[in-house]
This record gives sequence, C-alpha cells and structure tokens, in this order.
Amino acid sequence: MLRVTGLTKSYRSAGEDVAVLRGVDLTVATGESVALSGESGSGKSTLLHLIAGLDAADSGEIALGNITVSGLNDAGRAELRRDRLGLVFQQFNLIPSLTVADNLVFQSRIAGRHDAAWHDELVERLGLKSLLKRYPEQLSGGQQQRVAIGRALAPKPLLLLADEPTGNLDEDTADEVLHLARDLVVRTGCGFLMVTHSARLAATLDRQVTLHAGVVA
Amino acid sequence: MRRPLWILAVLLSHWRRHPMQLATLLIGLISATALWSGVQALNQQARIAYDRAAATFGGARTAVLVGKDSATFPQQLFVDLRRAGWPVSPMLEGRVQIDGRSFRLLGVEPVTLPSEVGNAPAVGRGSLQSFVTPPGEMLVAPETLRDLGLKDGDRPQANGLTLPPLRVQAEFAPGALIVDIGIAQDILKMPGQLSRLLIGKSKAPHATLESVAGDKLRLVEPSAESDLERLTDSFHLNLTAFGLLSFFVGLFIVNSAIGLAFEQRLPMLRTLRACGVSARMLNTVLVIELVSLALVAGLLGLVCGYFIAAALLPDVAASLRGLYGAQIPGQLSLKPVWWFAGIAISILGALAAAAASLAKAIRMPVLATAQPQAWQQAQRRWLMLQSAAALAVFAVAAALIQFGDSLIAGFAVLAALMLGAALILPMILQIALALGQRSARAPVGIWFWADSRQQLSGLSLALMALLLALAVNVGVGTMVESFSRTFLVWLDGRLAADVYISAASDQQAKEIKAWLRDRPEVQAILPGGRADTQLGGAPIEVLGLPDHTTYRDNWPLLESTANAWVRLRPGDACLVSEQLSRRMKLAIGDHIEVPAPGGSWPLEIVGIYADYGNPKGQIAVNFAALTRHFPQTPLTRVGLRVEPDKIAPLITALQEKFGLDDRNIADQATMKRESKRVFNRTFSVTAALNAFTLGVAGIALLTSLLTLANSRLPQLAPLWAIGLTRRRLAALELLKTMAVALITALFALPLGLLVAWCLLAIVNVKAFGWRLPFHVFPLQLIELLAVAMAAALCAAALPVARLARMQPATLIRTFVNER
Repeated sequence: MLRVTGLTKSYRSAGEDVAVLRGVDLTVATGESVALSGESGSGKSTLLHLIAGLDAADSGEIALGNITVSGLNDAGRAELRRDRLGLVFQQFNLIPSLTVADNLVFQSRIAGRHDAAWHDELVERLGLKSLLKRYPEQLSGGQQQRVAIGRALAPKPLLLLADEPTGNLDEDTADEVLHLARDLVVRTGCGFLMVTHSARLAATLDRQVTLHAGVVA
Repeated sequence: MRRPLWILAVLLSHWRRHPMQLATLLIGLISATALWSGVQALNQQARIAYDRAAATFGGARTAVLVGKDSATFPQQLFVDLRRAGWPVSPMLEGRVQIDGRSFRLLGVEPVTLPSEVGNAPAVGRGSLQSFVTPPGEMLVAPETLRDLGLKDGDRPQANGLTLPPLRVQAEFAPGALIVDIGIAQDILKMPGQLSRLLIGKSKAPHATLESVAGDKLRLVEPSAESDLERLTDSFHLNLTAFGLLSFFVGLFIVNSAIGLAFEQRLPMLRTLRACGVSARMLNTVLVIELVSLALVAGLLGLVCGYFIAAALLPDVAASLRGLYGAQIPGQLSLKPVWWFAGIAISILGALAAAAASLAKAIRMPVLATAQPQAWQQAQRRWLMLQSAAALAVFAVAAALIQFGDSLIAGFAVLAALMLGAALILPMILQIALALGQRSARAPVGIWFWADSRQQLSGLSLALMALLLALAVNVGVGTMVESFSRTFLVWLDGRLAADVYISAASDQQAKEIKAWLRDRPEVQAILPGGRADTQLGGAPIEVLGLPDHTTYRDNWPLLESTANAWVRLRPGDACLVSEQLSRRMKLAIGDHIEVPAPGGSWPLEIVGIYADYGNPKGQIAVNFAALTRHFPQTPLTRVGLRVEPDKIAPLITALQEKFGLDDRNIADQATMKRESKRVFNRTFSVTAALNAFTLGVAGIALLTSLLTLANSRLPQLAPLWAIGLTRRRLAALELLKTMAVALITALFALPLGLLVAWCLLAIVNVKAFGWRLPFHVFPLQLIELLAVAMAAALCAAALPVARLARMQPATLIRTFVNER
C-alpha cells in the first residue's frame, strides 16, 4: 500500500547542506503496523513528514495506493492528508477552541466522510463518552492523545501516521494509548507507521524498521 | 460547500473562547467606521445644501455676463444681445430688509431663463402668468418662510412696499427671495438696471460680445465649485482630517487585535493544514471570516456614525452659518451611497489592518513550530527602517513648509509631521528605555527596563495612536485658545457702540434717529451701512463707518498709515480686511477700483483690519462716501453711544415707541454674548472630535495591554517562581505602562505645539485668510498630560488587576505549556 523508493532530503543549515535522508526504501502493506526507530537526527520524523505530504522530498518516490505523493502540489497533498491519511503528533495538536466532540468529527467532516456509527464506536472504544463537552486544556495528556487518535481514524484513512505519539505520556498511559491505537487500526484495516524511540513499544508492532544516518539499517 | 463552513466554524470557535479579543476587534472596527462615516455624513449633508445654494439661478455653475466697471448695467444691453443671437437671460440682485433682517432678492425673467440653469424648472411649475403679472409671486425656500414667521400667501413689507405673496418652493436655497425681474427693479428702486446676464447653452451662432456690448460687459466662465464650496473646503478638509485620524487610530486597535489573534491561532492553522485543509482554502476562509466580522462591525459603526453625525450636526450647521453664512438643514438625510461607503470602508480597513497577518498565513509553512513572540521580534527588525522613513518624511515636511503655498500643502505638512513622529516614536522609546536600563543597578530594576523594551514592539502601535491623539489635542487646543483670546480682544474693539439698532425700513430709521437726537442720555448716533459689490471677480462688502472717535479709538487695525482715519474722510481711501488683503495681495498704499452703480470708485488702501469670521472680503470706507457712491444702500443700521446706566431703559423705550423686538435692537453685552456663543459653538465640533480621538486612543492602549497580557505570562511566571509576589509584579507592570505612556506624552507636547504653529501660520491663513498670534498655554499642556496619564492608568488597570488576582495555578500552567 505504501511504497517509498530512493527518498532523499537535505536541509540547509549554517550555510551548508545537511543530508537527512540519503535514499530510503520502505513499504507498509495494508493492515500492517510498522515501527520506525533510530537515534535522534536519523531522519525518522522527516521521513514521516514527507510521507504525509507536509514537506517535499528532493528526490525519490512515495506512492500511496495508486497515488504518487511526490508528484502532488500543495492542494493535492492537502487532499491526500484529508482523505487518505490520519496523523497523530507527540504534541497532540488538538484545536484548543473546539470541544472534544468537535475535535473528533472535524477531519471526517471536512473530508465529507462522516460515519455516525463509526464515530460512536470510536467514542466508546477510546473511552471519551464522558469527556465530549470538555475542551483540550481540561484533559490529561493521555486523554488528549486518545482524542487525537480518534480524530485521525474518524475518516477511516488508508494509513495512520504517528510521530512519537507516546513521547509525552508516562509508561502505563503510553501502553494503554498504543493498545487502543493498534486495536482500532486492526478494526479499520488500515496501515500503521509509528515513529518511536521506545524499543519496548516498537516490539509490539508487526515489523520494525531502523533508520541510521539517513538510510534503512 | 460544507467544507468551508466547517473550517469557518473552527476559526470562529477561537473568538468564542476569547470573547475579549473579539470585542477588541469589533470595538476597533466600530470606532473607526463610526467616526469616519459620522464625519462623512456631516460633509455629505453640507454638500447637499451647497448644491441647493449653487443651483439657485446660476451660482458659480453658470456662465454669466457682468458689468465691467459697475455693479449694474442698462437693460438695453440684454435686448441688444438677444437680438444678436445670445441665449441670455437677465437677472437683478440686491438685498431687502424684512423686519430688520436682510435677504437676498433675485429678479429673474422666466421666459428667457435657460432650462439648464439651476432652478429654472421650478419657476414654471406654478402658473407662469401669476409669477409675472402684478402683484406677482415671491418664491422662497421652506426654511426662509419659517425664519420670517410667515405662511404661504402672506405679503411682507420691505422698502416701504408691499411685496408679492410668498410661495414655497422646496428646491430653493434658504435666504433667497425670487421674483419677476420687473418687480425686483421696483422693489430695489433700480428701474431698467440689471446685475448680470445668465448664458444658456444654445449653440446657435451669434455676434461677438464686443461687437454688441463694447467694453461694458465681462464674461465670467462657470466654475465646477460654487463660492460656498470653495469657502467651506477648509472646514470640511478639517473635519475629514479628524475623521481620517480617528479611522486610523481605530485601525491600530484592529491591527493589534488581529495580529495577536493570528499568533494565538497559529497552532490551530497548522493543525488545520495537517488535517488536509489546503493553503488556498484556509486563506479564503480567513478572508471570509474577516469580511463577515467587518460587515457586522461596519453596520454597527454606521449606526453609531449616524448618531454621532446627528449629535454634531447642529454645531456643524452653526459653525458653517457663523463662518461662511452657509445654510445647512438641521436634520440628517443620507444617501444610500453613504451606507455602502461605510460598509466598504469597514471591510477595506479590516483587510488593510489584517494585511500583514494574512500575508503571513499565506506564506506559513505547515511544519514550523508556533512562535508566540514572532510578530514582536519581526517588528523590532522594522525599527531601523521605520526611523529612516521618519527622517525622510520630516524632510518632506520641511520642503513643504519652504515651498508649499496652498491649503493642501498646509495639511500635507501636518500629515507629514504626524506620520514622521509616529514612525520615530518606537526609536525614541527604545533609546529612553535603554538609558533607563543603563542607569539601573538592582536586578529587578534592570529587568524592569529590559522587559519594557521587549514589550515595546507589542505596544508601539497603541502608543503611536496615543501620540497622534495627544498631539492633535495639544495642537487644536492651542489654536482654539489662541483664537479665543485674540477673538475676544478683537470683539471688544469691533463692538464699540453700546446699542445696535436695525430698523425695518429707511423711513423708520429716520424716525428713530430724530427721536434719539432729543434724548440726553444718547452721546452719539453712529449710522452704518453696507453695500455688496465685486472686486477681482469675487463678491465683497463695502462697509460705511461714520467719522467718529468711537471707531478711531477702538476699531482694531493690524497695520495702517499715519492718520488713517482722517484720510478716510474725503472718500478716496479705504481700509481692507486681512482676508481680502491676503487673497488679493493688497498692501498699504495700493490702489483699487471698486465697481459702484455710478461707475468705478478709485480708493487708496490706508489700513488693514482683522475681520474674523467673515467669509467675504470687506473694505471699510467713510459712511458719507458710501452713501454717495451706493445711493441705494439701506440706511437702517444705527449704533449708539449711551451712558452705561441708561442703556436698559433706552432699549425699553425704543422697543415701546417703535415696536422693535430683540432681533431689531441689542445692547453691546448681548451682542458679545451671542458672538462668543457662536464662537464656542464653532469649536465645539472640534472639541467633540478631539475627545473622541483621545477616547479611541485610550481604547487602543487598553486593548493592546489586554491582548499582550496573556502572552506576557511566560515572562512574568519565572519572576513569580523566584519570589516576586503577584502584587509586586502587577505594580511593576503598571509602572511600565505609565513610564512608556509618559515618554510618549512628553514627546506629544512639542509635537502638538508644532501642529498648532502649522494650524495658525499655514492652515488658517490659507483656509480663512487670517493669521493669529501663537501662544503657549502651560496649564493646558499640564492638563492634557494629566489626561494622558489618566487614560494610560485606566487602560492598564484591568490587565494589571487581573494579574494581581491571578491564581497560582494559571502561572504554574505556563511552565507546563512551555515544556
């Protein structure tokens, strides 16, 4: 489903080009969950951002289903994120002025793919029923991340991308959140690519990929 | 279609969570729109009135033929020109006194009146026959009928004659009486005489003017503007300048509110982009949101603007009547274009104020992290550029002072001074605060100055607004006070007689004078009179003054030759008003030729006098000489010198004996009181707009402080954590606001004095034709300084009180969020 081939990306820093990705190849199959790990600066987050269309690669190709992500313009990449991807960040990135209920339906609404039954199931499974009228600032970190996962999965994406989703959470909460995420991924049948530092959490997914100095080790 | 609505709902949810910010934005837009549209409503109302006046039978908008050397010319010239193919129509103009009040009488000939000339269609609306056949009809505006206290069909008396029955015509300007030309010649006792010939737009061939009329007539081409419009331009420019200033001050508020809202919403905007909202869609919805808010605020602003205009209209009308003799109806009637323009200005203002934020949103990368202080840092980079721009603008102002010679140039100098001062203010504050920081020794003191400097970029727009509002207040206040003092001294000299009488007719004036000669308490009878004529194509008044010590001792002369009053006696010399001398560049010793009914009257200028408040140029001559050259001058005005304790009984006796009412007779004290009332009313609009501007600047400061308060928590929380109490932090915050406001106010004082100098030495001279002495009023400056500090205190009070009462949990959350 996801096929990344020969991906390169460099940034300009202090007048010099710094190569972050030096030709990455990666695949994620439908329904497969993959952990992406590596030391700091190895290019994990950059790779995730390029797959999500948040940034453009220097060379190489990213294909999601029959779509070539690297050939899309800004509007096309926005459409891709809206209709086919779910994104979960370390900082949760909920909209502070919307309630939990509004945050949950936001992406599925703008994608025009709101499914009331699926929404109710998400609320139930994520344990958010009693929190629907609260605002993000009134939630704990674990609760906020559960809302973020719910928002990302509400439009039933092809692929869920998560960048250190448990980085701000304690160990127990991290286990709980990841467990929920995995259950829901299995339920939807989408692919799951998660960046993580934790070898323990990485071990719970189907496959582990390690990046080292900008290439898959 | 649903997608943009969802995005709009998300954007709007920010305002629901931050109602104060929304209120700030709306208040800014409402204030800006209200003050701007209020002033425009006043201008529009006045222009409607000017159009009415200009349309009254060929104001300046119709080409006319006038006498070359005299005020009137023989009717035969009209006959000759018509025969030669000229599409001309005769007109006779003069003044008549009805119940002691002077009205403009216009005699027209409705058959030849060109249809395109002003109110021509209105004459033929009733029966043409009843207009031209005796007793004829006298057409008047409804306001004139009301002023006369008469009703349709009444026949008032004037010059010993019974005038034709009055007929109301709504199209006419107030103050004019329209009759058939034959009737006008009878009333004005000018048989066979005409004042001018209106020229229609017929393209039929005709002989040259010289071949028919020789050198007796002169062609005056039509002008796009009426005399009234030209005269009142300066007043409206002044109002517009105030409206514009308030509008910009309001936009400062909007800019600050939108800037902060944008920074606070930056994470939200990035999340929206991450969730699949394209940059184009996001920016479109941001603009839609802004336009929607501007629409709401624009409508509310228009309603407020209407009420402001309605409240100020009576004073504006009084000012225009007092200064220029313009008649403005007392009720607002606004055209649809005013409503559309108000909404448009609100939307354009909002878009202009949000331009920087919108541009940032367009360029915003999805991945960059939120930087709540980024906008402040960006502004700091502009500091040097801003200061350089200020110096350039000051150079332009200096060049305009040196080489400019018009009213527009005067206002341009003012605008350049204010813009330059506003641009350089942040640099002045930076330098002052840096000096403070260098002199500080204690750690908290050093932090105080350093943090004030850091806070400056967020406050600079509001402080600029405060600077401009204060400078305008100082400038206008100084000008009004200078004018007031000069005016009162001048009034004492001009109103030298103890009692003023305006008789209903020459006959009654004769009877009154005869009766007065037998009264022992009357020390002197001072006859007066004035005639209208033209000089250099512009209307002027010729004022007749009797040769009496009352005038010699009191009449205020700005410049004169030796024995100027003695030189008036033979009738070959005159005094000219300051306005006329400036307008026509006349000086003492110059000679002028005044057109009079008997021919040109040569006069030498022996003095120049101040004539504040008179829109027309004026010359003063010996009274006896005036009556010789203008034999038709009404002799109804009389001044009296009376023993002080006998004034009141004499007035009572005159009223009883001759049936005079308050409009016909007044003592000096009453006249002065009335003049001062008109004077004060003239500047009450200015005072009100001054107060509005200062109020809006206060709101700008308050909103900036409120919006900054939240983003300041990360700076304050560490100090609280290391042991400074909330109360002390609040006191320091208050002190910081007061310190920057004080520096701003101190800078505003000299700037305001410079503004006053510009108003007195450049703008007033070009606008009104008089120059006033420049005085500094220290008490007034201290008072304004106190007002500025009070405004700053009020603005700072709310955010500071919130900080003093802030729960520790809120401060702790700062650290959590910071992580």
